[in-house]
Amino acid sequence: MNPPPQKTSPLSRRQFFRAGARVAGMTGMGLLCGILAPRASARTTVWQIDPAKCLRCGRCATECVLTQSAVKCFHTHAFCGYCQLCTGYFVPEPNGLNTAAENQLCPTAAIRRTYIEDPYYEYAIDETLCIGCAKCVEGCNRFGNGSLYLQVSQDHCLNCNECAIGRVCPGDAFRRIPIDHPYLLKTTSH
Amino acid sequence: MMNQVKRRKELRGAAWLWALGWGLGRSVAEQRFPPPDFESGYQLPLTQTPAPRSLLLQYVDVGILAVALALACYLVYRRRSRTGVLALSLFSLVYFGFYREGCICAIGAPQNVALALFDSTYALPLTAAAFFLLPLAVALFAGRTFCAAVCPQGALQDLVLLRPVKVPAWLEQGLSVIPFIFLGAGLALAATGSAFVICRYDPFVPLFRLSGSFMLLLAGGLFLLLGMFVGRPYCRFLCPYGALLRLASIVSKWRVRITPDYCTRCQLCETSCPFGAIRTPVALPANPLALAPERKRLGWLVLLLPALVAAGALLGSRLTPVAAKLHPTVALAESYLDPHRAPTPPGVQTPESLALGRAEQNPTELIASALDVRRRLGTAMVWFGGWVGLVIGVKLIRLSIRSGRTDFEPDRAACFACARCYLHCPNERVRLGLMPASELPAIQPLPAPTLPQTGSHTT
Repeated sequence: MNPPPQKTSPLSRRQFFRAGARVAGMTGMGLLCGILAPRASARTTVWQIDPAKCLRCGRCATECVLTQSAVKCFHTHAFCGYCQLCTGYFVPEPNGLNTAAENQLCPTAAIRRTYIEDPYYEYAIDETLCIGCAKCVEGCNRFGNGSLYLQVSQDHCLNCNECAIGRVCPGDAFRRIPIDHPYLLKTTSH
Repeated sequence: MMNQVKRRKELRGAAWLWALGWGLGRSVAEQRFPPPDFESGYQLPLTQTPAPRSLLLQYVDVGILAVALALACYLVYRRRSRTGVLALSLFSLVYFGFYREGCICAIGAPQNVALALFDSTYALPLTAAAFFLLPLAVALFAGRTFCAAVCPQGALQDLVLLRPVKVPAWLEQGLSVIPFIFLGAGLALAATGSAFVICRYDPFVPLFRLSGSFMLLLAGGLFLLLGMFVGRPYCRFLCPYGALLRLASIVSKWRVRITPDYCTRCQLCETSCPFGAIRTPVALPANPLALAPERKRLGWLVLLLPALVAAGALLGSRLTPVAAKLHPTVALAESYLDPHRAPTPPGVQTPESLALGRAEQNPTELIASALDVRRRLGTAMVWFGGWVGLVIGVKLIRLSIRSGRTDFEPDRAACFACARCYLHCPNERVRLGLMPASELPAIQPLPAPTLPQTGSHTT
């Protein structure tokens, strides 16, 4: 059996310095809290696309950290012309005005085209299929009413510190907006 | 009525042709086609707006973080249980890692705080503030228990550890300055709103999300592969938050003590640490005069410190144009002003040409804001360069100071408080009743210090 070694002084110089540094550290963090308190907010912000700035470059589909982008096509139906020949739905010079895949602009067939009444058709986005490539948005904005546009779908978005798409967005269209109103929807004036 | 519809149809066709012919213009003509008046009682569907994750859940995250930190301290210091720490780290890996997908994490939180300090328009999320402050405050008192059992990145690397090899001391010490440099770079770039590099280059978050860029997934896989043989490579040689926790745990009130009673210097614990954090006992030289050359070297290094800081600051200011390219505004302004820029062929629309088109619309404003970013980043880069010099200088000074110790004990800064070493101590086994006290090894003599060659003849 070994005898336990002798303990030395009750409070060494090192312990004293450590205690001092701890107090300094806590004070520093307290100060930081004081400075940050007015800036910190529980109402955090989320990323969103300003449709007026979006240039439909197609990067939303490829640059998001998620494999299937959090950016989706949104549709304000009140803006829609319900065209039979939708330039967001059909490729230029389609073989026929039907839902055949060869005629569709959307690479994932995420737009559902339904007959409403002659000559009107409803176009609805299937969010689970949409990859945010903006092909339909480009068609609708260039030749149509612009009722299709891109938005960050907030149930998919991880709200990264630095939006990977926003960093390379040629239109500088991404910005942080308050979480209470997390969308920048196109609305009709009437 | 039918006629009217037909007429509208024709009009629509004409408009479509017109648009085809003339539509190359960029202006968006809203409502080219007026919304129809439906006769079938069709109701306009509303635009679906999926809600973001509930804000209440962020309080859950902070609560779980606080409870996990408290539990980690209890398991490491009171229970001294590796099994408990392992179980908690598994929970953290599942919750903070795979369920919360590695976001929010403490590693990136210093950037949010830095941005909030310098940009008054940035609303600092409550979670980011809590994830920055809580583990740091705990580390001031109880060391790196956050690393041990709460950080999902650490837990993942801890799990894959298969056969740890000892990293040579020179490499270990040399690489251990990288976290401080990475922290400085992350803070400088975040404070100026240029980039969040710590988040961008986190190799494990893509693994948690099971999605991400190929290069990052590859990096994550390589880190895990390396982690099978080198304990926690990211934590030791890269993690910027670990650098902060290192500083805090140097002065911590409680620390991991391998032996619950006294150290017999049996060396059994030395190999138990996969992170090379256990320091061997060594006596201080009886005659301090023998250390004259070392004192002289220390003196020179102290004098070198301001020179290193100044050189770093100079280098930092020189590197400003390179760092500024990370900011999208500066990058766009530079490509706009580039005299050798290849003209984009008309009709071809790449994201780059679209961005340049935006630059052409208002070049003065763009250049002004790019210059502003570069000015702010210039200041930040001077600080960053000085910081790098300081880190290297302090490391050199630290390496040339001898510290004597009588026990095998973990290095305060390097110890992750993973609790692996406890069970290797014979005294701990006696305490737990795993072996009789009569089998305790005898206390070994304290190893004599190695003295510098030139000083040996004076004693």
